[in-house]
Amino acid sequence: MSAPTQVLFDEPGPKARRNNVILSIVSAIVLAGIIVFVVWKFADAGQLEPAKWYPFTFSQIQVVLLQGMLATLKVAVVASVLALIVGVVFALMRLSGSKFVSVPGTIILEFFRGVPVLLLIFAMFLIFGNAIGSFWSVVVGLTLYNGMVLAEIIRAGILAVPKGQKEAAMAIGLRPGQVMSLVLMPQALRAMMPTIIAQIVVLLKDSALGFIVTYQDLLYQVNLIGREYNNLLPTFLVGAVLFIIINMLVAGLARWLEKRLQRKTTAPIDAEGLSAKTGT
Amino acid sequence: MDFLQLIEMFLSGIWGTVKLFLIALVGSLLLGTVLAGMRVSPTPVLRIAASTYINIVRNTPLTLVMFFCAFGLPFLDIRFGSTSSFNSFIYATIALTAYTACFVAETLKSGISTIPVGQAEAARAVGLTFGQTLGQVVLPQAFRTVIPPMGSVIIAMLKNTSIASAFNNRELISAMRNAIEVRGDLVIPLLFGTALAYLILALILGRVFAYLEKKLVILR
Repeated sequence: MSAPTQVLFDEPGPKARRNNVILSIVSAIVLAGIIVFVVWKFADAGQLEPAKWYPFTFSQIQVVLLQGMLATLKVAVVASVLALIVGVVFALMRLSGSKFVSVPGTIILEFFRGVPVLLLIFAMFLIFGNAIGSFWSVVVGLTLYNGMVLAEIIRAGILAVPKGQKEAAMAIGLRPGQVMSLVLMPQALRAMMPTIIAQIVVLLKDSALGFIVTYQDLLYQVNLIGREYNNLLPTFLVGAVLFIIINMLVAGLARWLEKRLQRKTTAPIDAEGLSAKTGT
Repeated sequence: MDFLQLIEMFLSGIWGTVKLFLIALVGSLLLGTVLAGMRVSPTPVLRIAASTYINIVRNTPLTLVMFFCAFGLPFLDIRFGSTSSFNSFIYATIALTAYTACFVAETLKSGISTIPVGQAEAARAVGLTFGQTLGQVVLPQAFRTVIPPMGSVIIAMLKNTSIASAFNNRELISAMRNAIEVRGDLVIPLLFGTALAYLILALILGRVFAYLEKKLVILR
């Protein structure tokens, strides 16, 4: 446990320890009660019978679920890549010295950032749906929203790069484009990587919205199978577990990256390699 | 259908959104505070339960949570009222509360860890129990420190109310879809009108939080 947690209460004495044990047992009983209630409700609705779970042993059902998962991942990957590109473009627009570029950039950014993703997906679907289909409606909707959020993150990253970096780059005669692409942007992207990945997790979660515009993703297949075999809850649980595993993997990647980046940037001053380098 | 009727439709949609938002706001602040308290409590079982809940629900898309509440709960024979529209509203509120509470709890927990150690130590030294230390010393300060990030969590929740429209709840997006169904020639103005309504709501909320920040926030 982290430090602030420990200071909130004293080192338990005999009495506190006894109370703690009692409280632990009571809360464990209450929690177990809740779990039992949920399981009982499931059983009551006949959702725990083996017959309801039997369909998952069919290879066809497994294939359909996997296809749904792949469809969700496809949306998430395509939208992430596009959102990163849009993010970089709008970050540059907002940082641009010319008012004719930065003001429209800001207005568009604030607009798309302020409305729900679902509205953007609907808008794409209703206006261009016939031409681009549900896949691209979802992708474009997700890209517009998350691209703007990423733009703000990247902009903050660029502004956080120490001023000397830009000045030094300009002093050795790099053009503004080179200053940005060779010096500022790599550092900004690196510093902001955990936040960027956290936003990608948000995008991945929002990709489940495709189901609403009849894109055949995981949730759509879950709904279909659930209604077909009358086992909505078991199917839902399987789908939810798939979703949660994917999300936890990506979130775990973000945490790992954050730790790794921190380790690299805050190397101890007296590290061997460093002192050897400065010594020469 | 003339213009006035469209406006009326939209106003009732906005009211639906605001109602869902306000109830889920109160619910998620309460549940989030309880979860944050559980996460820092001396009882290991509560700590584990809260962090498990937060980790699972935070990594589940809200669409899935709503799907479970709107389609799963009736399956389990959990109903709250006689009318289906009231039921859908309650399901949406439960889903939104359960989902947002995790983010509120996470934000509050990071607020709790910014409170200087001396505060809790002093509270313990004068003999306050854990509940008193948390409730009277640490949480009031934590709430004031986390107003800006809490603002973005709450604004995200406002936007998330839109997802409820896919599960039979009556609010802004469903009003827009109804309006588009009767006036197919006005798709783009209707979309922009809806976007504008959300922008205005978000703007008002942003103002409220900016005011609270100016009045209450403690800089550290």
